[in-house]
Amino acid sequence: MQADVVIVGSGPAGIAAACAAAEGGANVLVLDDNPAPGGQIWRRAHDAEAQRWIARLRASGAQLRNGTRILGPVNARTLLADNDSGPLFITWRNLVLCTGARELLLPFPGWTLPGVTGAGGLQALVQGGLPIDGRRVVVAGSGPLLLAVAAHLREHGARIEAIAEQARPFHLARFAARLPFGKLLQGWRLSSQLRDVPMLTEAWPIEAEGDSRLHSVRLRTRSGTRRFECDYLACGFGLVPNIELPLLFGCNLNGGFVTVDSLQQTSVPDILCAGEPTGVGGLERSLIEGEIAGHVAAGAPARAKALSAQRERLHRFSARLANAFELREELRQMCQLDTIVCRCEDVAWERISAYSDWRSAKLHTRCGMGACQGRVCGAAVRFLTGRSSHDRARPPLFPASMATLAAEKEPDHG
Amino acid sequence: MSHPDAVVIGAGIVGAACAWMLSREGLSVTVIDEGVIGGGATAAGMGHLVVMDDSEAEFTLTRHSRDLWLTLAPELPEDCEFRQCGTIWVAADEEELAAVHRKHAWYGERGVRTEMLDARALAEAEPHLRPGLAGGLLVPDDAVIYAPCAARWLLGRVAFRAGSVSRIGSGLVVLEDGETIDCGAVICATGCAAIRLFPDLQLRPRKGHLAITDRYPGFVRHQLVELGYLKSAHGTAAESVAFNAQPRATGQVLVGSSRQFENDSSEIDWPILRRMLNRAFDFLPALRSMSVIRTWTGFRAATPDGLPLIGPYGPHENVLLATGHEGLGITTSLGTAELIAAAVLGKTWLPASK
Amino acid sequence: MVTRFEVTVNGRPIQVEAGTTAAAALALAGVEACRLSVRGEPRAPVCGMGICFECRASINGVAQTRSCQVLCRPGMPISTDAG
Repeated sequence: MQADVVIVGSGPAGIAAACAAAEGGANVLVLDDNPAPGGQIWRRAHDAEAQRWIARLRASGAQLRNGTRILGPVNARTLLADNDSGPLFITWRNLVLCTGARELLLPFPGWTLPGVTGAGGLQALVQGGLPIDGRRVVVAGSGPLLLAVAAHLREHGARIEAIAEQARPFHLARFAARLPFGKLLQGWRLSSQLRDVPMLTEAWPIEAEGDSRLHSVRLRTRSGTRRFECDYLACGFGLVPNIELPLLFGCNLNGGFVTVDSLQQTSVPDILCAGEPTGVGGLERSLIEGEIAGHVAAGAPARAKALSAQRERLHRFSARLANAFELREELRQMCQLDTIVCRCEDVAWERISAYSDWRSAKLHTRCGMGACQGRVCGAAVRFLTGRSSHDRARPPLFPASMATLAAEKEPDHG
Repeated sequence: MSHPDAVVIGAGIVGAACAWMLSREGLSVTVIDEGVIGGGATAAGMGHLVVMDDSEAEFTLTRHSRDLWLTLAPELPEDCEFRQCGTIWVAADEEELAAVHRKHAWYGERGVRTEMLDARALAEAEPHLRPGLAGGLLVPDDAVIYAPCAARWLLGRVAFRAGSVSRIGSGLVVLEDGETIDCGAVICATGCAAIRLFPDLQLRPRKGHLAITDRYPGFVRHQLVELGYLKSAHGTAAESVAFNAQPRATGQVLVGSSRQFENDSSEIDWPILRRMLNRAFDFLPALRSMSVIRTWTGFRAATPDGLPLIGPYGPHENVLLATGHEGLGITTSLGTAELIAAAVLGKTWLPASK
Repeated sequence: MVTRFEVTVNGRPIQVEAGTTAAAALALAGVEACRLSVRGEPRAPVCGMGICFECRASINGVAQTRSCQVLCRPGMPISTDAG
C-alpha cells in the first residue's frame, strides 16, 4: 500500500497531523499498534476533546490502520509493518513519526510482583476491562499523570490509599504558580476530587511486598517509612520518548530526543517528527506539533508557520514541566544489587552494574536482549547510571513472526 | 603492565583464547581491544562447536579444538551456556543421504563418534523437521556455547587495555593515543581488521545474518545444519544462504546462515535475510509463526582457501597472526591458541598429545 | 446495550464485555500471572500499552502474544504458562 503522507502513531500528535494533512488534500495513512486511535492519553476517548478529535480524524479522509506495528524500513521509501493478517509493505513520500512516549518504570525490590504496574499502565489496563472496583491502590512515582490516574481509577471504584510523588513540594508549588488559569483549574479540580487521599511528596517506594502477588508497599516519606496495604501499586516516574523508529531511520537525537526544526523536520529529508519524541511536553504541545507536521507533510508550510507562536509558548511550558518533576538522585538507591532490572531475562542490577557501557552489559548479561528489546531495562539503566547512550536500533522494532520478516510481498486475500 | 611477554590485539574469542593459553603457560599477557570484549564477529557467531570435514587440516583443527572445549566445559560458568546438544547434519534427499553415509564413514575412520539417522529416526530426534527428509548424521559430541561470555571468561584476570592500535613492530605495539608498549610477542587476533595492520593480507569480510526467536523450549534439541551449508561456507559464491538452527539454553531458537562478499554495511540486507529465513522454513515450517525478537549481522574474516592464518608473519620478528577463521572462529579458538602458544614458546604443536 | 460474549481462559469459559482486552479477561478469570519469568516467577501486565511484554500469553493458539494489545473476540482461547 502507499500514501503521500504516512503517519506512525494515532495519539494526539498523529491525529492532529492526519487531520491537518488530509484536510489539506493529501492522501494520508495512519498506522498504530494499539487496537484503537487515541494513543495513551485518549485511550478510551472518554472526554469531549478526545471524541471531537477522533471524529474529526474519521471524517478527514485519512485511512486509519490500528493493530499495526512498524517493524522497520526495507528500503528508502518502504516500511514493513505487521498486523493480524500478516505483513504490510507501505510506500511513503512523507513520513510523520508520532510514536509518543512510554512510562519510565524504575526498579525497586518487589517491582516484578503481579499487582505492580505503571501509573498510566494501570489506567490503560482498567480501560481495557481490568476489574478495579473496591481494590486498594497506591499511586506512586512522579508527574501530573499521577493525579489524573488516581482520579480516573477512583471513578472506576478503586480505593486510593495514597499518592506518593517524589518531587519536592517547593518545586511543585513553583510550577503551579506559573500555570495558566485553565491548567490551575484542572489541577485544583483533580486535587479536590482526591481531597481525602493522603498525598505524600518526597515519597517513593522502598519495597513492594508479597509472595505470588502484591499485598503491601513500604514507602519512604519525609517522616519515615510508611506501609500501605494494597492490591495494586501504580507506579510511573515520568515519560520516556519512543525514539526507536526515528533512530532506525538515522534521525539525529539531542539529549535523548529527536532533533527537529520549527517545522518539525528531522535531520532526514521527508521525515518529520511530532509530539513526545521531540520533547515530553503534554497534550497541547503534541497537538500543535502534530498539526504543524501535517501541514508541512501535505506541502502547506505557510499554514504550519502560522502556528509557530503557539508552538513556542507550549515549548516553554514543557520546559517548566520537566523542571518541576525532575527525578531526584535518591531514586537510584531504590534499586538494590539483587533487584531484577531486566525483566525479560531476569538479570539483576549487580550483574549489569559491573559493566561500564550498555553494549557490554547487553552482550555479557543478556539484559536488553529479551522481548521488550531493552525498552524497559534500557530506560531504567540510563537513569541508574546517568548515561544517555542509546544502542543502535535494528529491525524488527517489535517482535514479529518469522513469516512476516521473510515475506517479499503482502499475502493475497481472496 | 610494563613489558608483557605477549600482547594480544583483539579481545574476541580467538584473542581471548590465545591470551588464556599464553597465561596458563606462565607468560605475562596484555590484551588490547578498541571495542567491547567479544563484541566483533564473536557476537555474531552461532557459537556452534563443530567438527568439520572439508579438509584434513580443517578436520584436525576443529576436532582437536572441540575436544579441548569438551574438556574445559565443566569449568565454564553458567553464562557461557555450554550445552552438548550435538549436531544433526540433515539430508533432504537420497543424494544427500549418500553424502551423509560417506561422512559417517569418514568420521568413523578418524575416531569421531557419529550415528546415522534414517527418516524415522530423524523425525523422532527432531519432531519439528518437515516430513519427507531422507535422514541425517548425528554428531553427539558437538556442542554450543555463548561465545561473548566465553571470551570474557577466558580473558579472566589477564590485563586488558582499551585502545586502538595504530602500528606494530617487532616487540612493539603503538596505540592511537601515542602510548607505546614494549613486549615480547605480538599476536594479531583482530578478525577482518587485521588488514589495517597488514594491508597485504588476503582477508575479506564475509557478511552473515542471524535471527533469534522468543522462547520456545524444546522446539529443537540439536544444532541442525543442512548439508548444503558446506557448499555455502566453503564455496566462493558472492552470496549464499544455508539452513542452520540452534537451541539456546534460554529456549530461544537461533537461525542462520548467510554469506555475502562485497557488502560492508552492517545494516540488515532484507533480500538475503528473507532468503535465509525462507530456507529455514524448508526444514522447520513451524518457524513461520514464531516470534523473532532480534536480527543482526557480523563479518567473518575469510581467506582465499578457507583456512585460517595462524602463526608467525613477516616482516617483523615475533609477530604472529591468529585470524581468518571464517565461520569456525569459536570452535577453533582453543586449537588456535595452542598453536600460537607453541609458536611463541618455540615448541612443536602435537595435537594428538593431551 | 453492551455486547457480552464468551472466551476461554485456560480452558474455562468466562463472559466478557466487548472492548475487553485478553489481559483483562485473564484478571476477570482470576488468573493473576500471565506468564512465568525465566526464573519461574509469576508476572502480570505492567505497562498496559504493549511495550513491557510481561502480559504475554498464548492467544488463538499463538504463543508469546501481548494480551494487553488484543481485544477479546467470541470464543477466543487464552492460555497461560502456568495454566
